[in-house]
Amino acid sequence: MQRVGVFICWCGTNISSTVNIDEVVAAVKNMPGVVYSKDYQYMCSEVGQNLVKDAIKEHNLTRVVVAACSPRMHESTFRKAAKAAGLNPYLLEIANIREHCSWVHKDKKAATQKAISLTKAAVAKAILNQPLIPGEVGVEQRALVIGGGIAGIQTALDIADAGYEVDLVEKTPSIGGKMAQLDKTFPTLDCSACILTPKMVDASMHDKINIYSYSEVEEVNGFVGNFEVVIKQKARSIDMEKCTGCGICLAKCPAKTALSEFEEGLSKRAAIYTPFPQAVPNVPVIDRETCTKFRTGKCGVCAKVCPTGAIDYEQKDERLNQKYGAIIVTTGYDLINLDSFGEYQYADHPDVITGLEFERLVNAAGPTAGKLVRPSDKKKPKKVVFIQCVGSRDKSERGKSYCSKICCMYTAKHAMLLRDKYPDCEAYVFYIDVRTAGKGFEEFQRRAVENYGVNYIKGMVGKIFPTGDKLKVNGVDALSGEVLEIDADMVVLASATQAKPGASDVGRMLSISTDRDNFFTEAHPKLRPVETHCAGIYLAGACQGPKDIPETVAQASAAAAKAIGILSKSKLVNNPCVSQVDESVCSGCLACTKMCPYEAITEKMVEQKVHGKIRRRRVAEVNAALCQGCGGCTVTCRPGAIDLKGFSNKQILAEVDAICQ
Amino acid sequence: MNYSYYPGCTLKTKAQNLEKFALHSAQALGVNLVEQEEWQCCGAVYPLSTDEIATKLASVRSLAAARDKGESLVTLCAACHQLMKRVNHDMQTKEDMREKVNNYLQLDDNYQGESKVIHYLELLRDEIGFETLAQKVKVPLKGRKVAAYYGCLLLRPKEIMNFDDPERPTVLEDFLESLGASAIHYPYKTECCGGYLSVDKEEVVEQMVDNIIRSALEQGAEEIVTACPLCKYNLENSRLCSKGEISISYFTELLAEALDVKEA
Repeated sequence: MQRVGVFICWCGTNISSTVNIDEVVAAVKNMPGVVYSKDYQYMCSEVGQNLVKDAIKEHNLTRVVVAACSPRMHESTFRKAAKAAGLNPYLLEIANIREHCSWVHKDKKAATQKAISLTKAAVAKAILNQPLIPGEVGVEQRALVIGGGIAGIQTALDIADAGYEVDLVEKTPSIGGKMAQLDKTFPTLDCSACILTPKMVDASMHDKINIYSYSEVEEVNGFVGNFEVVIKQKARSIDMEKCTGCGICLAKCPAKTALSEFEEGLSKRAAIYTPFPQAVPNVPVIDRETCTKFRTGKCGVCAKVCPTGAIDYEQKDERLNQKYGAIIVTTGYDLINLDSFGEYQYADHPDVITGLEFERLVNAAGPTAGKLVRPSDKKKPKKVVFIQCVGSRDKSERGKSYCSKICCMYTAKHAMLLRDKYPDCEAYVFYIDVRTAGKGFEEFQRRAVENYGVNYIKGMVGKIFPTGDKLKVNGVDALSGEVLEIDADMVVLASATQAKPGASDVGRMLSISTDRDNFFTEAHPKLRPVETHCAGIYLAGACQGPKDIPETVAQASAAAAKAIGILSKSKLVNNPCVSQVDESVCSGCLACTKMCPYEAITEKMVEQKVHGKIRRRRVAEVNAALCQGCGGCTVTCRPGAIDLKGFSNKQILAEVDAICQ
Repeated sequence: MNYSYYPGCTLKTKAQNLEKFALHSAQALGVNLVEQEEWQCCGAVYPLSTDEIATKLASVRSLAAARDKGESLVTLCAACHQLMKRVNHDMQTKEDMREKVNNYLQLDDNYQGESKVIHYLELLRDEIGFETLAQKVKVPLKGRKVAAYYGCLLLRPKEIMNFDDPERPTVLEDFLESLGASAIHYPYKTECCGGYLSVDKEEVVEQMVDNIIRSALEQGAEEIVTACPLCKYNLENSRLCSKGEISISYFTELLAEALDVKEA
C-alpha cells in the first residue's frame, strides 16, 4: 500500500482566489492512499519545499502529489526536493490547478470541483508511478547559430571565445544583417559600420568560427546535446578558395538590372555581386535569375575577366550533415510591406520612403554617397515629414498590434541627421506617443526637439496628396485640434517591424513555438527570456520580438552563456520517460516503427520457446537514446505492447477513472 | 445568367442614366438583371445605427427574396450597395439582430445572411471578367482621358465591402482600360465629395469637390466617371464643372457607349 502526501499551493492569490483551498484539502483527505495533506501560500518557496521534504521523512511518504502550477514551471523544482528527501524524483506527480484551472475559470465553485478532480487524477496516477533512473548521453561540443546579423555574430563570438566550435549559418551572401545597412546608431550617433564591421572580421578570422554564408538550415533532428542538422550551401557559382575578392567581375558584368537588396532597391546591382564592399566573406555570388549566362547561355564575361579562374557555372547546391550540442536562433526581422497603406503613397511615389531607405540615403557608402536628396529628381529637400507608427500599434488587418520599439528613436536620429546636414531644411515628426525608455534615450530625443529644432506634432497623417513636385501632407495636430497641411519634399515612414516571413517554417523545423505574430516564443517571458521550450535551443535578437541593438547584443551574450552551459558538460542526463516494448505481447506488426517521428523503433528477432520448440519471431525494439517520449507509439500499438515509462497505459487510465468516478 | 437586381429610389428619379445604361449594357453582355418585385427603399443612411432594427427590414426583405430565388443580388447605387452589404453582414454576424429581425418579419424561412450581394462593377470584373468585356467592346474609347472617382462609400468599410483596396483601388481604372480609355491616376480619387453637406454647408462641399476636380485636371483628365449618384450631384454642381472645364458621367454611360448600346 502506497502512502501518498498531497501538497496544495495557493500561489498567492493566483490559485486561491478562484479555487477554495479548504475544500480541496478536505476532499484530498478522503482520496484513496492519501495519508497526509498540507496547503501553503507559496509551495515553491524554500519554506514550501521544506514542508514537502519534512513530510516525506516524518510520514514515510512513498508518493507525492503537488497541486500547483504547470509542470513546465516547477516540476523539476519539486522533483529535486523529493530527491533531497530520499525519494525517487519520478514518484512525484504534479496536478496543474493554475494554468489548467484557476487562471482559465471565473466560477469559483466549478473551479474548485475541477481542482479536486485534477488532484484526484494525479493521486491515482502517482500510486502507479515507478521509480525511474535517467541515463546519460554525450554532448557534441559544437554550437550552431542560425542567422548572421549582429545577434548571431555576437553569440558566435562569445561561444567561440569560450573555446567551443561554432558554425554560423547565414542565408544571404554576407553576414552583417540589418545593422550593416544602418548609418548612425542611437543614442550615441556612432557609425554603425565602424562598430559592426570589426566584429564581422573578428567572426571570420576566429579559428573556432565557421561561417556558412549563402546557406540555409534544411533539417534538424535529435535533441539537446545531439542535434543532427542538414545545412544547404546554395550554389554560389564561385570557388571560394580561388576567389581573391578583387571585384573585377562585379565591375565588368553587363547585366546590371536587379535592384540591390542591400540598398533597399534604391540602386541597381550586377548579376554577380557582393551585397556591399565590406561584405564578409568578400566573395561574390551569381544571381542566376538575372545572369545572362544562366538565362541565355551567352555572356560568360565574369569567367573571362577573373584572374584566378574562380567562376564556376557548374557549381551545385551542397548539403552538409553536422552534429551540434546547442542551437541559437538569431534570424532577425523585416519591415512590413506598405502596399496596403495607399494613403501614404509609398508604392506610388519615389519620394515617400521607409526609415531603412533613409539610412541608405544618408550613408556615405550608400547610393548617393551620403548626399541626402530626393530619389525622384535628386534635389535637396527643404521640408521633410516623418510619420511614426505606420502599421505599428494598429489592430487592423494591415497593421501589427504591437509597438515596433525602435522607430521613436531612429526617427529622432533621422531628424537630427537631417537638421545637421541641412540646417535650413525643416523636419516634422507626426507621432502617437514618443516612447524613449532606455539608457540615454529620453535625453537623445529631447536633443532633437531642443537643440535641433525638430517639430514634433502629436497626431497622425490622414493622407498624402502628391501635388506638382510637392507631397501635400494632410494631418492633424491632436493637441490644438488644428488640421495641418504641409508641403513636403520627402516623407519618411516608420514602418512596423515584423517577424521574418519564413519564421514559422523555421519554428516548425526546430520544434519551437511562435506567437501570433510569428515571433519565436521564449520559455518564460521574465525568467527564461533566451530559452525556448525545446531544451538546447536558444533565442536572441529581433526574431523573438522587436528590439534595438543594445538589447539584441545583451540577449545574444545571454543566449551564448546558456549554450556554453550545455557545451561545457561532457554528459547530459537524459529523460528516462521513454517507451519500452513488452516482447511477449508484441505481435511484430511494426506499425510503431512507421509512426515514430524520431526513428527510434526498429525490428529485432527473438527466440521463443513455444510448446517445447524454439521459434524465431519478429518484435519491435526501442532505442532509448533516440526516443523522445512523445507516446505516439503507445497509442499506435494494437496489442498494447508498448508503454511509455512514467506515462503507462495503466497510469493514464487510472487518471481517467479517477476523474470519471 | 440570371441575377436579382435591386435599383433603389435614386435610380428611378435623379439617377436614371446610371440605371438605363447599366441595363442596356447588361443585355448586350448576355446578363439578365431581373428587377426585384415590390422592392422598397434601402433606408439610405438610417439603417447604420446599430440599435435600430426597423430600418433594416426593407433590405432584409430584398436579401431574402434573392435567396429564395437562388440568385446573387446585384446593386448599382453606391449607397444602396453599401446598405445591402452591411445589413447582410449584420445578419451573418450579429445573432441578436438576426433573431429580432426574423421574429419581426416571420418569413417562411428565417434569413441568416445567405445571399451574396455584388455591385455591378463586381459583376463586370468577377462574373463576366474585364478581358471578356474588352472583347465585346465595339467602339473602343481610344484617346479618352478619364479619371475614375470612387468617393468614400463604394469601397469602405473594406472588410465588409470586400471589393477593392479602399486606399489604392484599381477596379474602375481596370474597367476603363478594358473599354479602351486611358485611365488617369490622381491622389484624390478616394476622397469624400462632401456628401449630404451640400444641403446646408455648400461652401465645405465646394472646397472638397474643388480639390478632387483640380487634382484630376492636373493629371490631364478630360472627364470623370463615378458610381455614386450623390458624388455625381456634388461634382456637377461645382464651380469648375459649371464652367465646363470637365464633364461628369456615370461609369455605365461609358460602358454603354463602348458597347454601342447607348442609343438602344
